[in-house]
Amino acid sequence: MMLGRLLGPRVWLLVAALLAAAILVPMANLWLPADSPLHVPSYMVPLFGKYLCYALLALALDLVWGFVGILSLGHGAFFALGGYAMGMYLMRQIGSRGVYGNPVLPDFMVFLNWDRLPWFWHGFDQFWFAALMVVLVPGLLAFVFGYFAFRSRVTGVYLSIITQAMTYALLLAFFRNDMGFGGNNGLTDFKELLGFSIASQGTRAGLFAATCIALALGVLLVGGVTRSKLGKLMIAVRDAESRTRFLGWRAEHVKLFAFTVSAVMAGIAGALYVPQVGIINPGEFAPVNSIEVVVWAAVGGRGTILGPVLGALLVNAGKSYFTVAAPEFWLFVLGGLFVVVTLFLPRGIVGTIDHGWNALRDRRRSLSAEDGTGAPPQLPPQSPAADRTSMPDGALPSPAE
Amino acid sequence: MTMESAQTIAGPVPASAASDVSLARAVVSPHPYATQRAAELAAKAATVSPRRDTLLYLNGVTKSFDGFKAINNLSLVVAKGEMRAIIGPNGAGKTTMMDIITGKTRPDTGEVYYRGDVDLTAHDEASIAAMGIGRKFQKPTVFESQTVEDNLRLSLAGSRSIFAALFHRKDESERDAIGRILATTRLTEKRRTLAADLSHGQKQWLEIGMLLAQDPELLLVDEPVAGMTDAETAETARLLREIAQTRSVVVVEHDMHFVRELGVKVTCLHEGSVLSEGSLDAVSADPRVIEVYLGR
Ligand SMILES: Nc1ncnc2c1ncn2[C@@H]1O[C@H](COP(=O)(O)OP(=O)(O)OP(=O)(O)O)[C@@H](O)[C@H]1O
Ligand SMILES: [Mg+2]
Repeated sequence: MMLGRLLGPRVWLLVAALLAAAILVPMANLWLPADSPLHVPSYMVPLFGKYLCYALLALALDLVWGFVGILSLGHGAFFALGGYAMGMYLMRQIGSRGVYGNPVLPDFMVFLNWDRLPWFWHGFDQFWFAALMVVLVPGLLAFVFGYFAFRSRVTGVYLSIITQAMTYALLLAFFRNDMGFGGNNGLTDFKELLGFSIASQGTRAGLFAATCIALALGVLLVGGVTRSKLGKLMIAVRDAESRTRFLGWRAEHVKLFAFTVSAVMAGIAGALYVPQVGIINPGEFAPVNSIEVVVWAAVGGRGTILGPVLGALLVNAGKSYFTVAAPEFWLFVLGGLFVVVTLFLPRGIVGTIDHGWNALRDRRRSLSAEDGTGAPPQLPPQSPAADRTSMPDGALPSPAE
Repeated sequence: MTMESAQTIAGPVPASAASDVSLARAVVSPHPYATQRAAELAAKAATVSPRRDTLLYLNGVTKSFDGFKAINNLSLVVAKGEMRAIIGPNGAGKTTMMDIITGKTRPDTGEVYYRGDVDLTAHDEASIAAMGIGRKFQKPTVFESQTVEDNLRLSLAGSRSIFAALFHRKDESERDAIGRILATTRLTEKRRTLAADLSHGQKQWLEIGMLLAQDPELLLVDEPVAGMTDAETAETARLLREIAQTRSVVVVEHDMHFVRELGVKVTCLHEGSVLSEGSLDAVSADPRVIEVYLGR
């Protein structure tokens, strides 16, 4: 992939900021005295870590929605599946320290009077196996789902609806006790991750750093893919799918690629999320969760790389504030936010700033070209429109798109 | 030149021809297998020969939408290297015909063959495009949020694999190929302009340029001069004539001045089938054409 010169300064800045946070936040938490103004309190580390997982999820959604135009309302499902895979590993690590002290069976299985581990729980005592499943399960589900959906040319609202149906079906399935995933209560009471106590400050700082790095890698991946010729093709599929077909491209392959990669990213985000919040339950499959992800990406700016990251951080910081200050209003605020963004900031925060900036630059350029005094319009080395591929004028996001 | 060659190609052979041959052979050869084989060969020869040397061969094509026959027993032959103009009133089925050729729409009945032996009804848009049929839409369709250069880059002939696109690197030969197409379509100055910022006429040219980049053998061009100024129209006629020197072109157009400038054989469609065919003068003198189309 063409990492390096083609990624653009903004992507590198974001990556640098994330890597700096990966180092500085744990240091400020672990080593600075509690009365230092720069000290990061312990409760904040997993909280920010959680936001960063959401940012990775929003970035994953943006790869399919912002760049290929597939409005998935089921990305929460891939996130939750990655989370469950990690949760199963963490359950197996509890061993005989559970309430019932069974060395092999997690507590809920003992409670249900099961005498042995279901087949799909085997292997999860190994971290490498769980890590593989974090990637494979969401990836495979997305591949199979996408294969049929895109081949049958299901698009637009219909696709959004079946992705909602997918996550809802999984919600119902995971609620059932006999599915073997802890039913209603999900998986919790984790003790250890890779031998480190899950509640210790050091582990939490480590998880935070790992999340920063994962997000940085996600940013590099999305940056690399979207700047490649394939990325241009993705935007082409978003803007004029039939044109790409009549040029000989298989639009369904483009979509399938993006959808699968995106689901894998969402799964990794979920896997990092679970040890930081300490629980995974079927509620993560709730359709409204997937819709929230769309709001994050829309607020930040769909079709940009910075946008969904920023949107996820801002909206979730707002959510944390509101759920303390006025919990009963949060859903109204969220809904209102989406309406306001759709009506007044259809490009999202980053998209709007970009658009304004480009308009200003174009005006300056044409002004200086007119009176001939200004410097001649300089052509940047790469395409001047590189940052402007975010949204075509006619294709603004709408909830039903 | 090419016009004559198109006319000399026989139309669809009546079904009886095949059985006549097999009957004649049956008398000479008593062995039943030999008879059968001879009949098969004859049948094959009879069906293949009218298609041989054609680039595009439509025979008895019908397509109805909810009972309405948009294409009705349409037969049309385009020879290799030929340029053909298609005229006809609104709703005559011109665009639908292109939909059928390019795999967007499947005909209810009838044969659609490319290069004499490729059954186009068995392929989808992407593979038909890969076989060398390019299409310009009636409504200009380019990738608005990308530069003219990137529009052409996505169109250039070459691998259509996703992973090849992911690891694709720009190179000199690609840049040169894009440069040549930009020059042909008079868009050299606009190389780094967003397609959305082009004028309507320039978008039409860009789309034609994208077809050229595809390096097709047959171009289907739907109303290329709609909404163009007279100067742009003349320029487009020149461009298409230039393209037609090396490729086959089918142009649908309402603008009769433009069709006259092309100076090629004309087919007039009406209610989904061919109403009249021949030189522009002959077709425009045809009383049926005057009644349904020209004399509006
Ligand atoms: N997908 C479709 N569903 C239903 N009807 C259709 C469809 N496509 C075309 N038609 C109908 O078929 C007829 C032929 O349409 P077509 O677009 O081929 O005409 P045309 O010759 O290209 O006309 P124009 O000059 O206006 O472009 C029209 O009556 C149109 O309404
Ligand atoms: Mg038409």
